[in-house]
Amino acid sequence: MTLLLVILIPFLGALIPPLVIRSGRNTCAAATGGVTLLALALLLSHAPAVFSGEVPKAAVEWVPSMGLSVSVFADGLGFFFAAMILVIGLLVIVYARFYLSREDPMGRFFAYLLLFQGAMVGVVLSDNVILLLVFWEMTSLTSFLLIGYWRKRADARQGARMALVVTGGGGLALIAGLLLVAQAAGSWQLSEILARGELVRASPLYLPALLLVLLGAFTKSAQFPFHFWLPHAMAAPTPVSAYLHSATMVKAGVFLLARLWPVLAGTEAWFLIVAPVGLATMLIGAAIALFRTDLKGLLAYSTVSHLGLMTMLLGLGTPMAAVAAVFHIINHATFKAALFMSAGIVDHETGTRDIRRLGGLMALMPITGTLALLAAASMAGIPLFNGFLSKEMMLEEAAHTAYLGLDFLFPVLATIAAVFSVAYSARFAIGTFLGPVRRDYPHHPHDPPIGMWLPVAILVVPVIAIGLLPELVAGPLVALTAAAVIGGPLPDYHLALWHGITPALLMSLVAFAGGAALVLAFRQADTLRARLPRLDAQTLFEIVTGTLVVWCRRGIGALHDGALTRYMGVTVATLVAVGGYGFWSATHAAGTRPMLPVTAPAVTVFAALVLASGGTLLFHGERLTALILTGVVGVVVALVFLQFSAPDLALTQISVDVVTTILMLLALNLLPKTTPVETSRAVRWRDGVVAGLAGLGAAGLAYAVMTRSGASISDFYLAQSKPGGGGTNVVNVILVDFRGYDTFAEIIVLGIAALAIYALLDPALKGAAVRRIAAMLPREESRDAHPLLLVVATRVLLPLSLAVGAYIFLRGHNLPGGGFVAGLVVAIALIMQYIASGYGWAAERMRVDSQSMIGAGVAIAGLTGLAAFVFGRPFLTSTFGYQHWPVVGTFELASAMAFDLGVFLTVVGVMVLSLAQLSRVAQRIDPVPETGEPMDVLLEGAPPGGPGREG
Amino acid sequence: MELLVAGVIGILTTVGIYLVLRAHTFPVILGLTFLSYAVNVFLFAMGRLVIDRPPVISPDAPAYTDPLPQALVLTAIVISFGMTALIVVLALRGYLETGSDRTTLDAARRTEDGDGA
Repeated sequence: MTLLLVILIPFLGALIPPLVIRSGRNTCAAATGGVTLLALALLLSHAPAVFSGEVPKAAVEWVPSMGLSVSVFADGLGFFFAAMILVIGLLVIVYARFYLSREDPMGRFFAYLLLFQGAMVGVVLSDNVILLLVFWEMTSLTSFLLIGYWRKRADARQGARMALVVTGGGGLALIAGLLLVAQAAGSWQLSEILARGELVRASPLYLPALLLVLLGAFTKSAQFPFHFWLPHAMAAPTPVSAYLHSATMVKAGVFLLARLWPVLAGTEAWFLIVAPVGLATMLIGAAIALFRTDLKGLLAYSTVSHLGLMTMLLGLGTPMAAVAAVFHIINHATFKAALFMSAGIVDHETGTRDIRRLGGLMALMPITGTLALLAAASMAGIPLFNGFLSKEMMLEEAAHTAYLGLDFLFPVLATIAAVFSVAYSARFAIGTFLGPVRRDYPHHPHDPPIGMWLPVAILVVPVIAIGLLPELVAGPLVALTAAAVIGGPLPDYHLALWHGITPALLMSLVAFAGGAALVLAFRQADTLRARLPRLDAQTLFEIVTGTLVVWCRRGIGALHDGALTRYMGVTVATLVAVGGYGFWSATHAAGTRPMLPVTAPAVTVFAALVLASGGTLLFHGERLTALILTGVVGVVVALVFLQFSAPDLALTQISVDVVTTILMLLALNLLPKTTPVETSRAVRWRDGVVAGLAGLGAAGLAYAVMTRSGASISDFYLAQSKPGGGGTNVVNVILVDFRGYDTFAEIIVLGIAALAIYALLDPALKGAAVRRIAAMLPREESRDAHPLLLVVATRVLLPLSLAVGAYIFLRGHNLPGGGFVAGLVVAIALIMQYIASGYGWAAERMRVDSQSMIGAGVAIAGLTGLAAFVFGRPFLTSTFGYQHWPVVGTFELASAMAFDLGVFLTVVGVMVLSLAQLSRVAQRIDPVPETGEPMDVLLEGAPPGGPGREG
Repeated sequence: MELLVAGVIGILTTVGIYLVLRAHTFPVILGLTFLSYAVNVFLFAMGRLVIDRPPVISPDAPAYTDPLPQALVLTAIVISFGMTALIVVLALRGYLETGSDRTTLDAARRTEDGDGA
């Protein structure tokens, strides 16, 4: 299980930096580093097992039958990547502490960084394919946040967006691809899929799966022709570039190719696609890097080139090439992260990253200069540094590769790429650190604090150590990782400095000579390049996305034209059409269930409904009339419930009706009082016909069901209500016990709705809204704002209503009633106080504010549910028992009562909050009400607000 | 009686949909109220119509009506209040901010929106 924690800790730890940033930047960085260190320690606790050949696993099953589980495994490859992500993460955190300026919000930065770290570790350790995809998407999202960290900068935002579009788009393809792979292999677990390579390669799904997976991997790892996003992502702060764009995220694509190597590699299609893409990327990246003037841009294209190198090696499909790829991943991570950090230091100290304005820094910042030169030597592939070793292996592999019968293609192009790589490394080193000291740096440079150069130094140690003693330092790690990539026996190889006179050595020598020549002739080469036609990938990207956006907008604009009437009309008309088609294309017979006899009262009520509905239809322009008629309809509905054995529903309906009507009256107070007729007669007839057909359909469907008998699951509830739930009111027992989950969620939704109402109305007392409210003055006002009769009646009724509420609540478990109805009754009694005596008077006397009541209600219901855990039962399991008290007698006490209390409190809070807020807004346009006590009798001719006003 | 209840559902649906198709917020809100009524009665009717058999366990009761649709409708009634209240407030806020209670963007606003400015 500690393996799961390795992923979980960075995610949970992401909460810490924003919280502790108040204690200072050092504390914040230390806390972030601590989180990473903890994850790393947990990971390394598995190291002995992994190196002894075991594969630690951990899993939490969710829906195993659908392949949904949170399962992770750490084989050599996953372990190596996870360790690399965490170690370099740690160094980057230290570096970032000193890199970020005081103005940069550090808490946010470290939170993003840890989220990214968690996602990245998740990608490399996932066993379940779907889990891997989820983490993959998360790396795209978190890298978007990190690239766009300086959100005020346009280039940061654009770079972030481009990275998200490209990697996110590739992610979509990857989802499809991996699902196909899982389908072909018949398993959702990578550890099983890896063992079924034969099956996948033989499947007809292999080619589409391969293409989709490659699309995902190539976009993520910036392979040609998707390489253009990476340089733009360099708008990110340098720690991000060092972490994401050299060591981790861009390696995710390479990781995926390595991960799926035993499954997908080894076929002709794999070789024909992956190898040349890698080769082309390596060559193009290196060529562009040479002519970059921005240090980070140069390093970015160099990274593109090296990613191409790894891709090409994996694409060759031979075990030996896979070993070389793994070795190069290790080497590149060390020297490239060191170089990015050095470039950041230069930028930080001199104020510029433009290679044309730099030079001679070696004398001014010797530590940084030395470290950067060592790392650059490795990048160039100079012997005694680790970059040389893996590059030699790459050249050796390329030398033996024939593509489509062309023996020379790979060796020649790989050598040319190596020439460029030597040249740009030299340009980086010479242009920045060597040469004469200049006088015109924007800032006066000197070596940075130790916190900034120490991470670079730590990274340079393996650069040299591996370079000198490869087998001793990196041998076991390479063997472990490569074995996991190959998924079979390792080829016979030897990591060493000297292999004799090999083709690779000769190619290296050519590269050094060519690179040196290119540096010397840089000016001429640059002139030549300027004359060449340029294909700017970014312009192409913008044309493509721009066109897509235009077309999407056209499509959306045609459908989504901002007219609610149209959306509703189309929806209803479609429903009617589909329903009508279903009806006419099927056979049907009349139902056989005997009908109940029609009674005279029923016909009367029906007639009332027809009148009220018809009235609403005809007079909906007069809003007050329509509202009153709607209230009548509500009463009819309550009567329907009452007639057909649903006393609980009738009670609820009638109380909700009261509250709804009051609510709408309050709103109507501020809205226009009439609706103008703006539509033509034809449109109204059309709407009427559509509505009528829909009504006919609904009525017909209801009639068809009512005249047929059917089996119901309700017998269970009826039988278990008393013995299982301890109550005789089955409806209430279902609500608070059998289906308590539903009810619990429902009161949460209600609470959210009420809080949303509060959030919507609270700011309505400012800005344009308040001017509009002010403009509504003067209005018709009743001379008597608080009618004495109403005030007295509501106050007398209050205790009575509360008692009724309590009674309804208490009996609810056994007889019609319960938390919902009781809550409504109490809420109405309270709201009446607001109506009768004014908002100010009532709000002053409400001891408990409604927000707390909602919170308390949800909390009580939730805690009641959680209490079941104490007894080892599932959430919301209820219990009941019988108590015997003297005088009171024997009565029943059910835990569901406490749950119902939560419901009660929530309902009261929601109703009072919504209506009180509305009346608070409405009160703004009433200048009169708050004059003195509502019970004061205004004498004829007395100035309003005169005698009764207090304080 | 079934026919009458079906009639109730039909009338409520018709009025509800007609009002929802109006171009101002207040009729639309009333229409939604009607539709909630219609849906609640419809759901309730799925338990079939039974007279004088409330689902309250008692030794004297010969039979009970189906309690499940009632439980569902009870929560639906309360939730539709929450929804109505939210929509009322949205409509009110919209009116107070813009001075219009129409449910359609006028032509000028629409093109402005379409340009994504």
